[in-house]
Amino acid sequence: MSRYSAWSVFKNGLTGNRGWERAWRDPEPKPRYDVVIVGAGLHGLATAYYLAKNHGVRSIAVVEKGWLGGGNGGRNTTIVRSNYMMPGNRFFYEHSLKLWENLSHSLNYNVMFSQRAHVSLLHSPAARDAAARRYNTMRLTGSDGELWDLETLRREIPHLNYDNARFPIIGAAVQRRAGTARHDAVAWGYARAADSLGVDILQNCEVTGIRREGSRVSGVVTSRGEIGAASVGLAVAGNTSRLWQMAGLGRLPIETHKLQAFVSEPLKPLLDHVVVFGVGGTHFYISQSDKGGMVFGGDLDWYKSYAQRGNLPIVQDVAECATSILPCLGRVRLLRHWAGVMDMSMDGSPFICRTPLDNLYLNAGWNYGGFKASPASGWYFADLIANRRPDPVIEPFDLGRFNRGLNIDERGAGPDPKLHG
Amino acid sequence: MIRIACPFCGERDHSEFTYGGDASVVYPPLDAPAEDWAEAVFLRENIRGMQAETWHHVSGCRLWLIVERDTMTHEIRSVRPAHPGIARALGINVEEEA
Repeated sequence: MSRYSAWSVFKNGLTGNRGWERAWRDPEPKPRYDVVIVGAGLHGLATAYYLAKNHGVRSIAVVEKGWLGGGNGGRNTTIVRSNYMMPGNRFFYEHSLKLWENLSHSLNYNVMFSQRAHVSLLHSPAARDAAARRYNTMRLTGSDGELWDLETLRREIPHLNYDNARFPIIGAAVQRRAGTARHDAVAWGYARAADSLGVDILQNCEVTGIRREGSRVSGVVTSRGEIGAASVGLAVAGNTSRLWQMAGLGRLPIETHKLQAFVSEPLKPLLDHVVVFGVGGTHFYISQSDKGGMVFGGDLDWYKSYAQRGNLPIVQDVAECATSILPCLGRVRLLRHWAGVMDMSMDGSPFICRTPLDNLYLNAGWNYGGFKASPASGWYFADLIANRRPDPVIEPFDLGRFNRGLNIDERGAGPDPKLHG
Repeated sequence: MIRIACPFCGERDHSEFTYGGDASVVYPPLDAPAEDWAEAVFLRENIRGMQAETWHHVSGCRLWLIVERDTMTHEIRSVRPAHPGIARALGINVEEEA
């Protein structure tokens, strides 16, 4: 695999761009691998990459029912941040942000990570106090965070609705190291880097069954034949419960809901930051892509669904949020919107853990937060599979936490999956 | 938009309703062991296909309904009041649960 560099861009530019190799192979499945990861999304591909790179595992397959990065990896609003406060989440997401900061170099692939700052608007003194607590916790635990007063916010983002908003803006809580990345490039970058370390990425290879031998799994049955495995890791969003039931393991603290994302027609540079608006029942986040499209999203579609298509009341909801906070968007046309199916967990936090079966491992329950989490998720899931024990950082992300009463409920919404954002 | 045929109000947009959740969940007696409660509160079948679920007609009659809906296609098979006694008292003809 040739490395990408400024020189290779220059050389291929002069030779008609005929010298580029394909970025990853399209291999036939082998009968057996040391590790089979189900799901070639960001989490599955990152896991395979770190298994090969950090732990020297050489026989790895990632099986994918569609095409790599075709699920939520390509259906999100590309926001990366670590403004989590709860024990368990705090260090995990901070580790993820640190991996993001060097990801393009590690993968030799430009994921277009842009630390453009994540700006959460504040609308009341109580919200400011809560934000001060959260962002001070972040500062005390090795991250960055600051509070902007109204004057600073007006200087940084002059065209928000400061004059006649239903909920007047009084300032913002800001994480400057946060930002966005190009989501497809993350999937392609991990796929290319994993492939160059010998990982077989098997697309159009749907898992239809999981072979069990007592308290172990021996492999997976797929649409491209049976594949044996010494260890199996599940990293599928939305369909985790179905795979769990294929393994004969019953029920999970997960419901499948769908979340939409939207992009407008391209505009000239308008918004330099990620802006988040959430007050009075609204939930809205917006940034501008490098192509100029306004990329934004809101809440779930509010009922359980496996359909990867969105409903219209949410389109209205986010349009109302957009024009209430950025009235200048009033005449901008919507280009596309799409929906992905989320694993919404009972406390809004994920699972990276062992399962009742010895060599089956679970990575699931990412709610709204899967994109930003993907590097650390792959990092620690690989460590779990390679060493057969959870790193202390991910010990809180197990399935037993509900029985112990140790839920990680960052939003304080209670055991109702549709309420966790 | 999903259309739900409310037995009290007629067919309406789903945006008039709020989604409750899985209607198959049965809570154990109050003095049941904590494990039984953890199961009922936290564990879900998460069916892909036809499931019974609760919806609240919050912008209409404000009564709870049990809707059988396909979670993949959003097709609705049946809608019935969650509390048939209320329907009977209101003189609405409802099929009793089998």
